[in-house]
Amino acid sequence: MEKFTTHTGRAVPLRRSNVDTDQIIPAHWLKKVTRSGFEDGLFEAWRKDESFVLNLPERQGASVLVAGPEFGTGSSREHAVWALQNYGFQAVVSSRFADIFRGNSLKNGLLTVVLPQETVEALWALTEADPTAEITVDLEAREVRAEGITAPFELDDNVRWRLLNGLDDISITLQNEADVAAFEAKRPSFKPRTLPVV
Amino acid sequence: MGRTLAEKVWDDHVVRRAEGEPDLLYIDLHLLHEVTSPQAFDGLRLAGRPVRRTDLTIATEDHNTPTLDIDKPIADPVSRVQLETLRKNAEEFGVRIHSLGDVEQGVVHVVGPQLGLTQPGMTVVCGDSHTSTHGAFGALAFGIGTSQVEHVLATQTLPLAPFKTMAITVEGELPEGVTAKDLILAVIAKIGTGGGQGYVLEYRGSAIRSLSMEARMTICNMSIEAGARAGMIAPDRTTFDYLQGRPHAPQGEDWDAAVAYWETLATDEDAVFDAEVFIDAAELTPFVTWGTNPGQGAPLGANVPNPEDFADPQERIAAENALKYMGLEAGTPLREVKVDAVFVGSCTNGRIEDLRAAAAVLDGRRIAEGVRMLVVPGSVRVALQAVEEGLDKVFTAAGAEWRHAGCSMCLGMNPDQLAPGERCASTSNRNFEGRQGKGGRTHLVSPQVAAATALVGRLAAPADLTDNVAVEV
Repeated sequence: MEKFTTHTGRAVPLRRSNVDTDQIIPAHWLKKVTRSGFEDGLFEAWRKDESFVLNLPERQGASVLVAGPEFGTGSSREHAVWALQNYGFQAVVSSRFADIFRGNSLKNGLLTVVLPQETVEALWALTEADPTAEITVDLEAREVRAEGITAPFELDDNVRWRLLNGLDDISITLQNEADVAAFEAKRPSFKPRTLPVV
Repeated sequence: MGRTLAEKVWDDHVVRRAEGEPDLLYIDLHLLHEVTSPQAFDGLRLAGRPVRRTDLTIATEDHNTPTLDIDKPIADPVSRVQLETLRKNAEEFGVRIHSLGDVEQGVVHVVGPQLGLTQPGMTVVCGDSHTSTHGAFGALAFGIGTSQVEHVLATQTLPLAPFKTMAITVEGELPEGVTAKDLILAVIAKIGTGGGQGYVLEYRGSAIRSLSMEARMTICNMSIEAGARAGMIAPDRTTFDYLQGRPHAPQGEDWDAAVAYWETLATDEDAVFDAEVFIDAAELTPFVTWGTNPGQGAPLGANVPNPEDFADPQERIAAENALKYMGLEAGTPLREVKVDAVFVGSCTNGRIEDLRAAAAVLDGRRIAEGVRMLVVPGSVRVALQAVEEGLDKVFTAAGAEWRHAGCSMCLGMNPDQLAPGERCASTSNRNFEGRQGKGGRTHLVSPQVAAATALVGRLAAPADLTDNVAVEV
């Protein structure tokens, strides 16, 4: 996973709630067997509309998505996170994220920041009025900053530590392999197996 | 203080608990399918890691599989590559797989329970949000992303953030014609698509106790549509009876030991839930969705709502967008909404009971002119059972198409899709924009409502039918 410390960039204000992962990346894109090449599928249906915010010239190169509540609901597809990252987003701000999407994002170094809806509204107002306005997402200080806005956010210490250092979850777990083996030795015999015992 | 079902299952799977770290949980069963696993296997290869427990892992092909001409090569080259990738990965890493054409193939959440692999008190994961289905057995079951799939393949564990508990208590008797699907759609409309966020839901109360395992699976399946981490139902005699004799159910002394353990899992009387929701079963009616998220639903007897009636500005905008996308006008009675297609199937409603329910409504009748109806069994086993009971003949005689098993039109990754603008009454779980095909419009319904709708050509319940003629609305 790539490290995330702090990021400053222009924003895409997305005034929609319940942006589900089928909108973020439609199912037909999920046939790909790689983690890259999803950028053209991001919000594919909405991008057919020229006036969709992502298509506006002043939003090109923006890297912080500011979205409505319940962002990332629906399918567990991690492709949604990859599509946002492949497109160039480094952080997503919303008042509420769906659990699985949030977990996926933090495992890939896409920082999802929860801020109160009033702050999201303020960020929308700022970045709609001035498309060149920049937003800083500072993980070290756990703070989002923009002109006239300073908003602290919460993030679990352990998750933050892994993001700041770009640590791989699997390697961390494998350091505790002895605990896993000890647990396995005590599992009841009635638990099912998918393969015959050899 | 007592513990809830979810807390008991969690506690029994903690491999490691340390200050400042998420609990590391052991995973009893890992289900795989072709869509969310290729990148995880790539990760293992890159790091030179094996699958730790191939004997707790099983793969099936479902999302991409065609439901016609399954004996011919898969026409879509990209789908074919994805299925071939799963087959190669399964072979290379020693994972059991049920491929297209195999008698145990089917939708992953139908296959696990029917094999008896899903049992009470287990932890079950899959790279698919509808893994919540398995909670119907009193298992803690949840969908995970591909990074977590790789983590489970490599370690058979997952580090997990703590959850909160919510009781959804449904007391009373479901009225005639009201099903588990109507109940869960009503729950989601009540608590919202984010209402379950951070919670494991436990469905309880007399109405839940009286449900079959199939109906319980329908309910737990859609827990994710309320944003929940998982949904669970305490195991009881219904659960044990369903399991006994299945290929992977415990046998002999193991069975006795297992049942003794399973009986300890129910939520203690003095346990406290973090949140509680109460529903009176008697007040429920057939329920359908009118919008583009599963929380945008209403009783079939209601009208399409007016966005201006929503107090919350976000909900109002969402309703406006939804009506525009769905091509609906506020105030239209839902029973007047005409459909082009009907889909019966999916991990929500693709089990034998669902097919029986739809067939019972269709028996001896013809679907409306101009309506296309697809019936897609959830697994090959379900299909075989349906054929044995003659249900396939009921469907085809009514004018419906009887297809092979798979996810099919639930998400349109295979050729089964809606055309732009087409409207479908669907027994699946998501009415998102474009979910069943670009520009397609989805109304989520029960199998009974799906069948009645196919007959009438408009959203309808079986009670609206007289012989083959719909009662005027």
